[in-house]
Amino acid sequence: MLLSEIQIGQIVQVVGIAGQSSFRRRLMELGLVPGTRVELVRVAPLGDPVELLVRGASLSIRKAEAGVIEVASIGATLASEAKSAPKNVGLEPDLGV
Amino acid sequence: MTSTQAETAPEQKNAASRGASKPLVVLVGNPNTGKTTLFNRLTGQNARIGNYPGVTVERRSGSSRLDGNQLVEVVDLPGTYSLSARSAEEQIALWAVLGQGQYQKPDLCVFVADATQLARNLYLAIQLCELGLPLIIALNMIDEAGENPPNTEALSKLLGVPCLAISARRGTGMSALLGAMERALGAGPAPELRIPYSAELVRDARQLSQALPPSLRGDAGREQALSLWALTSIEEDDELGEIDPGLRRATLALRAHSQRDLDQEVIAPRYAFIDEHLPELYRRHERHPRKRQLSERADRILLHPVWGFALFVLVMLVVFQSLFSWSDPAISLIEDAFAALRGALEARLPAGIFREFLTQGLISGLGNVLVFLPQILLLFFFIGLLEDSGYMARVAYLMDRIMKSLGLHGRAFVPMLSGFACAVPAILATRTMERQRDRLLTMLVIPLMTCSARLPVYTLIIGALFPPSRVFGLVPVQGLMMVGMYLFATLMTLVTAGILGRTAVKGRRVPLILELPPYRLPSLSGTLKMMWERAWSFLREAGTVILACTVALWVLLSFPRADVHEAPSTAPAAAVVQKHAPNAPLTAEPAPPSPIAQSYGGRLGHAIEPVLKPLGFDWKIGVGLIGAFAAREVFVATLGLVYGIDETGDDATPLRSRLRAETRADGKPAYTPLMGLSLLIFFAISCQCMSTLATVKRETHSYRWPAFMFAYMTVLAYLMSFSVFQVGRLLGF
Repeated sequence: MLLSEIQIGQIVQVVGIAGQSSFRRRLMELGLVPGTRVELVRVAPLGDPVELLVRGASLSIRKAEAGVIEVASIGATLASEAKSAPKNVGLEPDLGV
Repeated sequence: MTSTQAETAPEQKNAASRGASKPLVVLVGNPNTGKTTLFNRLTGQNARIGNYPGVTVERRSGSSRLDGNQLVEVVDLPGTYSLSARSAEEQIALWAVLGQGQYQKPDLCVFVADATQLARNLYLAIQLCELGLPLIIALNMIDEAGENPPNTEALSKLLGVPCLAISARRGTGMSALLGAMERALGAGPAPELRIPYSAELVRDARQLSQALPPSLRGDAGREQALSLWALTSIEEDDELGEIDPGLRRATLALRAHSQRDLDQEVIAPRYAFIDEHLPELYRRHERHPRKRQLSERADRILLHPVWGFALFVLVMLVVFQSLFSWSDPAISLIEDAFAALRGALEARLPAGIFREFLTQGLISGLGNVLVFLPQILLLFFFIGLLEDSGYMARVAYLMDRIMKSLGLHGRAFVPMLSGFACAVPAILATRTMERQRDRLLTMLVIPLMTCSARLPVYTLIIGALFPPSRVFGLVPVQGLMMVGMYLFATLMTLVTAGILGRTAVKGRRVPLILELPPYRLPSLSGTLKMMWERAWSFLREAGTVILACTVALWVLLSFPRADVHEAPSTAPAAAVVQKHAPNAPLTAEPAPPSPIAQSYGGRLGHAIEPVLKPLGFDWKIGVGLIGAFAAREVFVATLGLVYGIDETGDDATPLRSRLRAETRADGKPAYTPLMGLSLLIFFAISCQCMSTLATVKRETHSYRWPAFMFAYMTVLAYLMSFSVFQVGRLLGF
């Protein structure tokens, strides 16, 4: 699934970033490395860009660029961390890695 | 004090080896971490603003006194999320902390981190720690960290460098910071941090470090860090400067041959390190920290599709209204003061060349410079508040969809909007954009927006040459023309931005990555300081050029002196008029030439008449265009002088009737609505403003871009007016 396809409020986990190397490097440097949790906070009124919550910081990127970020629902990637409803996962304090 | 450093790195030019000069402290950190607030706290009133060599990035420096009374030089580096770089401006951070190239090697780096966003900030901290620099960490905004602040001792232990909690805005922790800076200056570089990279990557880095130039050599830890920097920065098409060709070749070869994802191999272990150790730094650790509640609540309204936009329009209206009309009383005050000064001098000094130089050249020039101050101060007052509060990033967020279609960044919106008032403050406002290419492109199209100086010209031309009738008995023609000019100019701006962005200012299209910082109460003192800095640098750098141009234009339009006693036929200027008269039926009029007609400017007007004729302009309009270079509205006064009408006043009624009455040799009106349209279009596009050019020169630090701007706008204006006039004539207007 792509980051551009998730619902507002949904929290997912980064699987990988495609696209132009400088862009993917910059995103990774801002903390979007594989395994990182990302929440889609909202979409701008004109439909672009989108606001993401990454490691407690609000980042905005354009939809086209969100479309090169492969994500997965948290339950699917981390069976060990499986929590019943993915929607609530990020809202609970984490119990450690 | 810094002798230990001098011993470990004898080739580097730090304070110890420079002798008695002040030790250098650089502030480095992410954007929006309060670096500049800390800088202002440290340096107080004695900050200087300059430019980094070769790039249009501002360099702030100032001196500060540490606890033990030691004086240090403090430099505020541009905010960055990472040391890796793709452009010369992003490269500043690394070059400055290492003391490469023209940069002086710092004796201490102070890493300013946002205590509320530690995870992201730590990435850059790790890069600095890997280099083994003399470093301390200031955890800023500790007052906002709430009941679960990061533990400075744990962080200090983790990274091996001193770490303190401060609030630059409130001034807490400052004396502890000064003391820590003093101790760190004596302590020398910190031990290098080792991040567990993959064995393959370590091998690659070791191989690449063989290609490092001597200036980047050091111990194994630093060489590995710099090799990793090269791997994540140097590319076929990067825009870095001063990269050793051998290092570039080796890096590109390594990247080309590697089948692995090198970027991820470098970046992911650093975040793995952060994720592993972050729980140690907090009493309570959250895996997915939420957005700050207050900011999120505010954003629910401020970024709302309906309310958000309504508030946005309201805020922008206030900014625009202030530039457009609230600045008016101050502008009038300045103009009146200079008029009074001129009047007083004219009354006291004997008539003559010196008096004229003083009043019409020098004092007018000073007035031309100072008249921009109210708008500059007001615009930067709003920009300061908007930036500080965090709303400016939201403006970019809301407007990006529109600006994107022009090949521009969302942040270009406020400068572009300001362009409707005046291009000069608008061009200064492009500083709020991070990338040089975005700034340049925005700067180049801003003068196409209909600034307020065009209004008197439009009013004159429309009032004089277009009928006061109504279309279909409803819409007034003149009002329609005015609205039409605004729409036309906006359309031209958009089209030109699209074209220039793909041609002259190509550069890479960089994907938008916009941070929406938490909302904060803006600091008035910081804003006032910035207003003062902007205004002062404008006066100093652009002001001198504007002053010189005003004097030059005065010379052009006043010399040679018209001698009233001399017969016109023998005067050289009159000879020019005579020579041109037979070829130019538009000028065949019996009145004796006015002094301005005989000036160099007047002759130039005649000389360029053949060029202007296809646009429908005669030499008088030509002289007006030359005069308008001082500022567009001067067109009205210059044309008044050409016609010998002294009092042009605000409504310019005598000039209007004079223009309407002007006839050609065959008795038909010289100025037709078609010619008026051609002139309107010329004014809409051409770069009739030396102050704009002077400001672009100041912002780009080159003559190339103002020259390009003047050339493209003049050629475009000529072609558009030419087409309109010629097509109109073919159609029988």
